Amino acid sequence: MKLAYYPGCSLCGTAREYNISTIKVSEKLGIELEEIPDWSCCGATSAHTSSPLLGVALPARNLAIAEEMGLDVAAPCAACYHNLSAARVKMDRDHLLRKRIEEIIDRKYRGKVKVLPLAEVILSRVGLDAVRDSLVHPLAGLKMAAYYGCLMVRPKGIVDFDDPENPTKLDQIMEAAGGEMVDWSHKTECCGASLSLTGTELCVDLVGRILERAAEEGAECIVTACPFCQANLDMRQAEAATKLKTDFRLPVLYFTQLLGIALGLPAGELGLDSHVVDPRPLLREKGLI
Amino acid sequence: MLNLQATIGAGREFTDEINHEAGTDINRCYQCGTCSGGCPLFYAMDIGPRQVMRLLQTGLGEEALRARSIWICATCDTCTVRCPREINVAGVMEALRIQARRRGYRIPAAVRKVRILTDLFLGSVRRSGRIFELGLVQGMKMRTGELLKDVGMGIPMLLKGKLSLRPHRIRGRAEIERIYRKVQEMEGGSR
Amino acid sequence: MKRIGVFVCHCGTNIAATVDVEKVAESARHLPHVVFATTYKFMCADPGQKLIADAIREHALNRVVVAACSPHMHERTFRKAVERAGVNPYLMEVANVREQCSWVHRDKPVGTEKAAALVAAAVAKVARNVPLESGKLPVERRALVVGGGIAGIQAALDIAESGYHVTIVEREQSVGGRMAQLDKTFPTLDCSSCILTPKMVDVGHHPMIEICSYSEIESVEGYVGNFEVTIRRKATSVDPDVCTGCGECWNRCPVKKLPSSFNMDLGHRPAIYVDFPQAIPNVPVIDRANCTYYLRDGKCRVCEKVCPTKAIDFTLEDRLVKERFGAIVMATGFQTASLQQYPEWGLGTYPDVVTGLHFERLVSSTGPTEGKIKRPSDGKEPKSVVFVLCAGSRDEARGRSYCSKACCMYSAKQAILLREKIPQAQAHVFYMDIRTAGKDYEEFYMRAKEEYGVNYIRGRVAKVYPEKDHLVVRGEDTLLGRPVAVEADMVVLAAAIEPRADAAALAQKVGISYNRDHFFSEAHPKLRPVESNTGGVFLAGCCQGPKDIPETVAQASAAAAKVVQMFSKDALVSEAQLASVNEAWCIGCFLCQPVCPYKAIQPKEIEERRGRDKIKRTVSSVNTGLCQGCGACAVACPSGAMRLNGFTDEQILAEVDAVCL
Repeated sequence: MKLAYYPGCSLCGTAREYNISTIKVSEKLGIELEEIPDWSCCGATSAHTSSPLLGVALPARNLAIAEEMGLDVAAPCAACYHNLSAARVKMDRDHLLRKRIEEIIDRKYRGKVKVLPLAEVILSRVGLDAVRDSLVHPLAGLKMAAYYGCLMVRPKGIVDFDDPENPTKLDQIMEAAGGEMVDWSHKTECCGASLSLTGTELCVDLVGRILERAAEEGAECIVTACPFCQANLDMRQAEAATKLKTDFRLPVLYFTQLLGIALGLPAGELGLDSHVVDPRPLLREKGLI
Repeated sequence: MLNLQATIGAGREFTDEINHEAGTDINRCYQCGTCSGGCPLFYAMDIGPRQVMRLLQTGLGEEALRARSIWICATCDTCTVRCPREINVAGVMEALRIQARRRGYRIPAAVRKVRILTDLFLGSVRRSGRIFELGLVQGMKMRTGELLKDVGMGIPMLLKGKLSLRPHRIRGRAEIERIYRKVQEMEGGSR
Repeated sequence: MKRIGVFVCHCGTNIAATVDVEKVAESARHLPHVVFATTYKFMCADPGQKLIADAIREHALNRVVVAACSPHMHERTFRKAVERAGVNPYLMEVANVREQCSWVHRDKPVGTEKAAALVAAAVAKVARNVPLESGKLPVERRALVVGGGIAGIQAALDIAESGYHVTIVEREQSVGGRMAQLDKTFPTLDCSSCILTPKMVDVGHHPMIEICSYSEIESVEGYVGNFEVTIRRKATSVDPDVCTGCGECWNRCPVKKLPSSFNMDLGHRPAIYVDFPQAIPNVPVIDRANCTYYLRDGKCRVCEKVCPTKAIDFTLEDRLVKERFGAIVMATGFQTASLQQYPEWGLGTYPDVVTGLHFERLVSSTGPTEGKIKRPSDGKEPKSVVFVLCAGSRDEARGRSYCSKACCMYSAKQAILLREKIPQAQAHVFYMDIRTAGKDYEEFYMRAKEEYGVNYIRGRVAKVYPEKDHLVVRGEDTLLGRPVAVEADMVVLAAAIEPRADAAALAQKVGISYNRDHFFSEAHPKLRPVESNTGGVFLAGCCQGPKDIPETVAQASAAAAKVVQMFSKDALVSEAQLASVNEAWCIGCFLCQPVCPYKAIQPKEIEERRGRDKIKRTVSSVNTGLCQGCGACAVACPSGAMRLNGFTDEQILAEVDAVCL
């Protein structure tokens, strides 16, 4: 199974460990990822919040290249997945818009390729049985809260990964990997990552509320598929804890990192050393590394 | 005293524009407040999304351009997925931000940073084709004068190799530049 | 020998949780005449009733006390149960140990003590009960329907179709009522006339229906199954048997400019007129107060001259017609509030402030403007119309606390009609709440907003005032939290629906009760919604409370079903617990007569022996057909001659003694 790989800017920088673990896990599960040649930034929130056309044109360039490759797109980053999907849906719905975008990017675009988050690739193209069959170190005894955030699940119609109020697909994958998932209320509450640099105070409030709920339900760590959520929940955790006069110590990991451990990948290759809240003591305690 | 006909009449074009940009119809709103009730940031807003919808319905949309709320909105889309009238509430907030920028509205000091970040971000993409995160953070510090903010986080990130020191430049930079210029032409060159 | 059985119900845990039922039964066993006492989980259920019947046989019981829920709930159930076991149903008493005991107490010892006391009282009373028998009443199988609107029409058609004769008494010249005044109806936008006039023709032609139009109820005597009604047939000055309804007279009448009440005074009619072109009966009447012939001693006579069939008869007089009916359906409809208490809205001050009914006439193709919406002041086509909901409704301060129910929907409809007829006109609706409980109603309201662009403003209008050539409507947009003003060429007030001005007077004539707003009262708000408190009198339509057309029609058919049910019986069973007079004690003061709400008490002459003489004197007598057993007379009677069977002084005092001594 071959897919066009769109890592996106974050995975080449702050979310480097997501990139590494994605590539390793994909290899292990027989997913062939071919990087989209000379891919460019999807525009993130900045493009579509300041120009509707730019917000479609930037992702469209990458979709057009993938179309030339004749491959569906795998996009691990929640924001990239969201933006590529949104551009695709908007051009599907509006023929005139598609024509204009084709003119802007000076490439043909027919809307032939699908955009999938990596979790969806694992779930529907690899299958949970295959995941279970490849387990080496099941994540037994590790209680985790799957956190989906906004971009993966909202709004319906723009993205169609999972239910917007109670998504379960990450839970399913991690459960297949042997993990113990906590059922909790704040799976999709916004963590305010887009305000991280500009409205830090607000952001800390939102992060605090989410971590508080996860801790209350007994989670020992959080798994996510969004670089912004990961960074935000990880880096703002200390501030949030101070504000709430508590100490969370909840490592925030990419689901691919833990899946990698379960699949028997060497811990040293999964970027476990790159988090603010170090997950290694917990994983050692559980005998997973 | 507000003359409703006057406001609705005068504001219709603006409301239509917002509707068009957000691909929605705010006249469908029946003011139930589900959007404000579920908004994670309503507590920090001056007026909630329900009131923003009402301002637009009554032709007072331009007032919404002055509201802090549109800059506080994190586009989490919780409002949109819950709206019983299928209004793209977050999309309306976004359309308002775009309008506020286009019309040169004074952006509240506390949230002016959003604009700076957006400009820096789009500039970075225009120059390199991808985002140069460290450059973005540095630019932010320069432009806001908050030189020491989050220094404690930046250094370990650098050490962990998470922030590259140089921007990655794609080969198709000329193509990106052309995209930016064409978009500018089509949108009336206002930026 | 009195042998009393006591049966204490647990009512699941409703009673048993707060009352120690076993203790109550045990204490009952020690009461005089009690030979058996027991408890059961659900006494009203089939096994419970069987338990009572078995105990009656086994212990030869001849009187029964059931300690259970309110007699309103199951008195009839238990009466039937003991009757089946051979005991007169009036030798059974209910002790209410649920509503009056377990439900109002928390403390079990207190509840138990009170329940035991209530049982003791019931035992004391039942020991003094005597068997009572119900009588039989004949039924006159003819129905009277008061009011010829859609409610009256529907009820009449349903009763007539079941094979019984119906008389409709209608005050106006034609049947049709309010529905005939409407243009289109929500939520389907059916033309009102198109669905009403066929029904009007049906009642006009039905062999079992007689229409007495231009008539009113003069008086009602009698009782259920046997009413004697006097109908005033007002003089029409036209012989209905000769008139062909050709229209020569009303077209030629020289008095043309009289306000047409059918058109809400927005149009004119001549002195000889029919209400509207489709009138049933299609026979005109002369408005004697405005006809030149009557005003100027026989002058004019134009109508008489032009009538090709010589139908005009100026000498006709009012006639009083007495008829017998077995049942009466009240369907007298509504009027809209005058809103004189609301000068701030300017109805009656500014001609362009009108009510919803006025607006209907302005939109209707049969109306004074032939369906072109023109504002009354200068005939200009309005470019902006403000609709004001809850105009006079939901305002306790000014006397009407209720919701008029139909206004949200008809105002949405009127706003739609405005936008259809004048697409460039703005429609604004001021509302406090929008109530669209009805099939397809919410969807209709949403169409008004979305498809027709009607602007809804949440807030109550504070003031309407003129400015240049238009009106300004002021209020708060409560969703914005700001004062707003809307310029309007016309303001349409959804004026409160209220009973006809003479509804209370008519209710008193017929002998039915009404509420503080003068809507006729139903016997039970849920379970007997179309029956009045008076046997044989039924209710349909807005005279009972505000409602829309579908609900009115449903209620009218329900009332008709009740009438037909009554007529399908050979005879009616009369109430057994009625008042009776001890003639020897009656002093003939007749204090009882005015307090009787059912007019059941008449004077009666009796012969008495006094010493050696025989004297004649007048005493009260109770008409058992009319008496409903309310007991008001027994309370009023100063000599103790009047008594209510089943609730005699002896019985009541025995109960009091049992509790207090």
